[in-house]
Amino acid sequence: MSYQFDFLAVARETPELAAGLARTVELTAVACVAGLLIGIIGAACRAWQIRPFNTLFAVYVEMFRNTPFLVQLFFLFFGLPTIGIEIAPDSAAMLAMVINLGAYAVEIIRSGIEATPKGQIEAAQALALKRWQIFLHVVLRPALLRVWPAMTSQVVIVMLGSAVCAQISTEELSYAASLIQSRNFRAFETYFVTAGLYLALALLLRQTLLRGGGRLLKRGRP
Amino acid sequence: MNDFTLGDILHALLGGLQWTAILSLTAFVLGSCGGLIILALRLAHRPVLVWLAKTFIEVFQGTPLLMQLFIVFFGLSLGGVEIPPWLAAALGLTLYTSAYLAEIWRGCVNAIPNAQWEGSAALALNRYQQMRHVILPQALRMAIAPTVGFLVQVVKGTSVASIIGFVELTKTGGMLANATFEPFLIYGLVAAGYFLLCYPLSLYSRHLERTLHVAR
Repeated sequence: MSYQFDFLAVARETPELAAGLARTVELTAVACVAGLLIGIIGAACRAWQIRPFNTLFAVYVEMFRNTPFLVQLFFLFFGLPTIGIEIAPDSAAMLAMVINLGAYAVEIIRSGIEATPKGQIEAAQALALKRWQIFLHVVLRPALLRVWPAMTSQVVIVMLGSAVCAQISTEELSYAASLIQSRNFRAFETYFVTAGLYLALALLLRQTLLRGGGRLLKRGRP
Repeated sequence: MNDFTLGDILHALLGGLQWTAILSLTAFVLGSCGGLIILALRLAHRPVLVWLAKTFIEVFQGTPLLMQLFIVFFGLSLGGVEIPPWLAAALGLTLYTSAYLAEIWRGCVNAIPNAQWEGSAALALNRYQQMRHVILPQALRMAIAPTVGFLVQVVKGTSVASIIGFVELTKTGGMLANATFEPFLIYGLVAAGYFLLCYPLSLYSRHLERTLHVAR
């Protein structure tokens, strides 16, 4: 019954863990930027009912928010090659994360855009701002500021969800963990330490996004 | 050579879907009980209990579900007892669900105006009575829509249990894809299966949000 914990066996594999961590950060960064872009475009189409894109985005959002990330990943990685589209593990993981985060971002940003008071837009029109100026400064920026906490949470959720990417052999943090535990037979210790790393990354990511995003969106405002 | 008819595939997938539903329900029901306990700790007037609840929530919301399942799976086997994947999956998902539900419900309790606490205190209700008769009934109304919404996350979360070897919809799909060499079709059907479970729940949650007049 007595089990001797051996966390040193995990500490010896620090380079492996660091490499995995770096890949996870990289994937998350790309997903964050691209997902945000999809979110802004999709939300604008949805909010102003630009046909036919509003319907297309609605279908996209419902499809990807109501199926598991793991299945989306498998579909991209295993399914697409059968219809002639070969895709590398890294690209599949990245694509899946971008598409998944994008679907949530559309809904989150749309709720922000729809909360814009009508008077704000009318005032901007009265000041003879151009349409794109109104969208950028009067609608989008305040909308993003409004929903930034929700957006941050979603990015963190997608980052944590990326742990399943090891299943298609993307060499991110959880891949490093399974590699290490197959070498040192210390599954519990390895996954415990890895979970700790994910936790630290999640806290850091949340703080960075909340602070950085808030500052960026508020810049030059009273 | 492909010996599987579409009927065979659908039959197998439906079997998997059933296990996905069972695991989701188990995690949701047990997770609700766990969530209530964490919520009680979180709202307690003892700093130690509050810290405990906060840490629990932070840890389970800040680590991947996959890591949680691995830790439960390998952690429980440390004593030399082999535990079956379904038990590890149910336990892991229950803990995960408790953390999220506790946090969702805490938000609802916090959204109750302070005057409700003061008013009920003025009526000489003690803390338990305030909770039981004044705060919780109102918070519950607010909590229904986001709780149903979170059920969608639980259903999707069960797919991760396939990785520790629990044979539900995703795992069944994986085995079928290997046997039939038709991953495009199989994973498409698997996704459709999840959609069938999740979409009605999403719609219902949105409907509740509108009818109960609760702004997020």
